[in-house]
Amino acid sequence: MNINATLLGQAITFAILIWVTMKFIWPPITAALEERAKKIADGLAAAERAKSDLANAEVKSQEALKEAKSKAAEIISLSEKRRNEIIEEAKNEARTEAERVLAQAKAEVDQEINKAKEALRSQVADLAMAGAEKILRREINPAAHAELLSSIRAEL
Amino acid sequence: MSESAGLTSSEYIHHHLTNLQVGQGFWTFNLDTLITSALLGFLVLGLFALVASKATSGVPGKLQSIVEVILEMVQTQVRDVFHGEPGMVAPLALTIFVWVFILNSVDLLPVDLIPHLLGMAGVGHWRAVPTADPNLTFAMSLTVFVLIYAYTFKAKGVGGFLKEALTAPFGAKMAPFNLIFRLIEDLAKPISLALRLFGNMYAGEMVFILIALLPPYLQWLLGAPWAIFHILIITLQAFIFMILTIIYLSMANESH
Repeated sequence: MNINATLLGQAITFAILIWVTMKFIWPPITAALEERAKKIADGLAAAERAKSDLANAEVKSQEALKEAKSKAAEIISLSEKRRNEIIEEAKNEARTEAERVLAQAKAEVDQEINKAKEALRSQVADLAMAGAEKILRREINPAAHAELLSSIRAEL
Repeated sequence: MSESAGLTSSEYIHHHLTNLQVGQGFWTFNLDTLITSALLGFLVLGLFALVASKATSGVPGKLQSIVEVILEMVQTQVRDVFHGEPGMVAPLALTIFVWVFILNSVDLLPVDLIPHLLGMAGVGHWRAVPTADPNLTFAMSLTVFVLIYAYTFKAKGVGGFLKEALTAPFGAKMAPFNLIFRLIEDLAKPISLALRLFGNMYAGEMVFILIALLPPYLQWLLGAPWAIFHILIITLQAFIFMILTIIYLSMANESH
């Protein structure tokens, strides 16, 4: 074990190495480590925030969905009601129209019947007249019996 | 042994334990220790500095991850042990751990590899493991010793230090004893620091040299277990030197 001037040389080397570490190694790496720790902390906080945001959004979307559903149900019930109304209205309209058409047809038929009756009456009168004329040609004076004939016509 | 045929066992051991030296008396320099320690120190810490200069707070590369793991280990130790503003303590601890670790690791290379290669280049002696040279371990521990006193004076002032040295632990009436105790306590710190590392690495080197004296076909039988065990010692000694430095500086920073 011989101590000599090597000790001084080593001490100098040691001092330089300490200086190198203090100056060039320790500060940049600790700075990088601290920055990374901060980044990770920020990232975790952001993830946490995103999580709660997502939960909020889910709740909101649930609410919106519920609202939309109830609105849709409302619309459907309303439209059903309206449909029934429309059907009812159409039925009523159709009924009155049918009645109207029927009444008109009846009136027309009555009119036709009356017309036919009138025509028949005059024809029967004519026919009777012609028959009576043929039978009574000679004895009956049309002028003398005009009153009688017209009364018969009126009775027919 | 095979490479140094012609030497006796004791000559072989002696050859391996002789430093490459220049100079006379105290002004002798162990070139092997100086060169190896400076080369490895600047290589590894230079690599660290290179990684640090490109350090990103994003996804780190493999190299940066390694450096970060080591640095965070040191930082955790400093935080746990050292109370107060760490300042230079943490970088100092990192320097000690990395430097001692890499210098100890040279012990894992085959004992004859570097001396033999340099021998072919004409270098007569070469001790490969710088931490097995007390000059290095004492250089480190005395630097730490100076820092202990710097921290003591900074934290307590000269007056505070004198008061503490004279009155702790037995009170003012026993001042001389207190002073002697304090002296022993403080001197024991650098000596124990230096000798613990030196002793461990010297012994480790010695065992490797002795194993190298066995016949080649038997060397692995002892060499492999010892090398594996030595990985633990290398790391442990680097860690102990670092943690004790932190503890001593922490003690200097606080009052007893």
